[in-house]
Amino acid sequence: MLLDKDRIFTNLYGRHDFRLEAAKQRGAWNSTKELMQFGPEWICDQIKASGLRGRGGAGFPTGLKWTFMPKVVKDRPHYLVVNADESEPGTCKDRDIMRHDPHLLIEGCLIASFAMRANKCYIYLRGEYIRERECLEEAIAEAYKAGLVGKNACGSGFDFDIYCHHGAGAYICGEETALLESLEGKKGQPRLKPPFPAGAGLYGCPTTVNNVESIAVAPTILRRGAGWFAGFGRPNNTGTKVFCVSGHVERPCNIEEEMSIPLKTLIEEHCGGVRGGWGNLKAIIPGGSSVPMIPKDICDTVLMDFDALRDVKSGLGTAAVIVMDKSTDLIRAVARLAYFYKHESCGQCTPCREGTGWMWRVLERMVKGESETAEIDTLLDVASQVEGHTICALGDAAAWPIQGLIRHFRQEIEDRITNYRQGRPHVQGHTLAAE
Amino acid sequence: MSHRRFHDPSHHEPFAFTPASEDQIAWWERKYPTERKASAVIPALWVTQKQNAGWLSEPALRAVADRLGMTYIRVYEIATFYTMFNLEPVGKYHFQVCGTTPCQLRGADKLKDFCERKIGPKGHVSGGGKFSWVEVECLGACVNAPMIQINDYYYEDLSIETLEKIIDDFAAGKEPQPGTYVKRQRSAPEGPPTSLTDEALFDGSKAKPLSTIPNAPKPPEPAQT
Repeated sequence: MLLDKDRIFTNLYGRHDFRLEAAKQRGAWNSTKELMQFGPEWICDQIKASGLRGRGGAGFPTGLKWTFMPKVVKDRPHYLVVNADESEPGTCKDRDIMRHDPHLLIEGCLIASFAMRANKCYIYLRGEYIRERECLEEAIAEAYKAGLVGKNACGSGFDFDIYCHHGAGAYICGEETALLESLEGKKGQPRLKPPFPAGAGLYGCPTTVNNVESIAVAPTILRRGAGWFAGFGRPNNTGTKVFCVSGHVERPCNIEEEMSIPLKTLIEEHCGGVRGGWGNLKAIIPGGSSVPMIPKDICDTVLMDFDALRDVKSGLGTAAVIVMDKSTDLIRAVARLAYFYKHESCGQCTPCREGTGWMWRVLERMVKGESETAEIDTLLDVASQVEGHTICALGDAAAWPIQGLIRHFRQEIEDRITNYRQGRPHVQGHTLAAE
Repeated sequence: MSHRRFHDPSHHEPFAFTPASEDQIAWWERKYPTERKASAVIPALWVTQKQNAGWLSEPALRAVADRLGMTYIRVYEIATFYTMFNLEPVGKYHFQVCGTTPCQLRGADKLKDFCERKIGPKGHVSGGGKFSWVEVECLGACVNAPMIQINDYYYEDLSIETLEKIIDDFAAGKEPQPGTYVKRQRSAPEGPPTSLTDEALFDGSKAKPLSTIPNAPKPPEPAQT
């Protein structure tokens, strides 16, 4: 369990003011100039040593990502783009950072940009986050006024401009290259990689795209030391993390905890437990809608980190825990997610555009039981044909929840099909009952 | 993917930017390199939609295209791709009910049924132009589920009763407060706090300049003379 003194987002719930003066009292912008004095390499080394892995879902080591940027600025400027297009169902952590602790994010942007020799930073918010954008714009204006960003930011001699941009309701823009397309004023359709954004990203210039949380924790890591951050969690899964617990718990909430906390502890300590007690648990989606669900017997012992969840064929993703108790119709819950992916597919790759719709329609029939047992295998087959055959990971994300459902709850689908048929004497055109 | 287009643009009214919208679009344009004005298209469309009673008409799209030096088709493809742009008139109070699984688990279906009873069919404007509702995908406030975005802001932790009160308030010309509708602090758990209770976090001790920077590189050895 994490102690209050080790929490990074001390205003996660907005009990205090988000503005500059109050944020400074809580430790934001403390000694920023001194942190920048040892140069970009030192910052990258510290972030690497802290073991910070990207908080946006993929878990790529952040410090390493920063070093992919060219070491000298040539004819093309460098950009940092912060991915605040938080749309993964279950996830709402970046929202709290932006509306309650925006100065930690802005300071992080400065430090990360300095480490990557980027003089410009764009924060791409999802369009629906209007209140969050207002807070962030206000905080940015304050930072400019106080000389913390802008020309000679914090007196460091580094020129830094930071801008807020917004989208308009497309989940796919959370994919980094789709986000860059969108920021360039196009439809958010992912680009083929390579070239990777570090070579040719925004406007064809070297760009790094990072999640809000990955950037916002950076200044505190430098202030308190890489070793402090690396002291939480298991090796390779270090640090603190904001978890979002939603669904059938007594008290849903966002909570910053250490990595590798047991899932059960997380839910029982902070969320008042599962509705109706732990025994009433059916399944949990541990990392946002894109990762496969895990049944109760795995939830009993699993740790919340990248490796432990990968070992049980799920993933940490964005650490958005969606809890489902025994009253849940899991097939319907996954069918709704399938609809989400159908709705949000950008339409660029055929397997995803056609596959997501196909999978949704089959699942809707399975919710009623109006299906055949053999179709479960066909569905699994189609899911595996979508997975890995698209430009971006949305195809994978659409396939995984369905694979998770069938892996652990195949019996439930089969029972529903059987029950549906039992109630109907006419099957496949034959009259079975005596008339 | 979602299929969206204009149904009958022949009846759309002419459109011109107000000075306020012009200013806002110019403000957005300044954020991007001068030769990359197209970057401002989404914010510009958003400003336009605000001016045009919550939806985008064909003349409005053409105005944005002219303003940013883009071809009409590029702007049209953006307006149809991004689902926050409405291509049909909406009510003065436009309800976007989140229907994705985390909200569904906590009762979004009931809210949808209630909207259907109280406001009318999805996408239909009722109450003399006052109300309309649609179901949208995850709005990213899952720990405050179920929730609805009404115009710009989020109304969270709703039940049928609180939603009914909100709709009645809007109908009566009042402006109900956005935010949570149960007793809790934003996204914190209900009841006694489980974290962030240590007063030392907020007493200013964190603002004292650092005496040493952790892991600071050692100063170079003085050159031997």
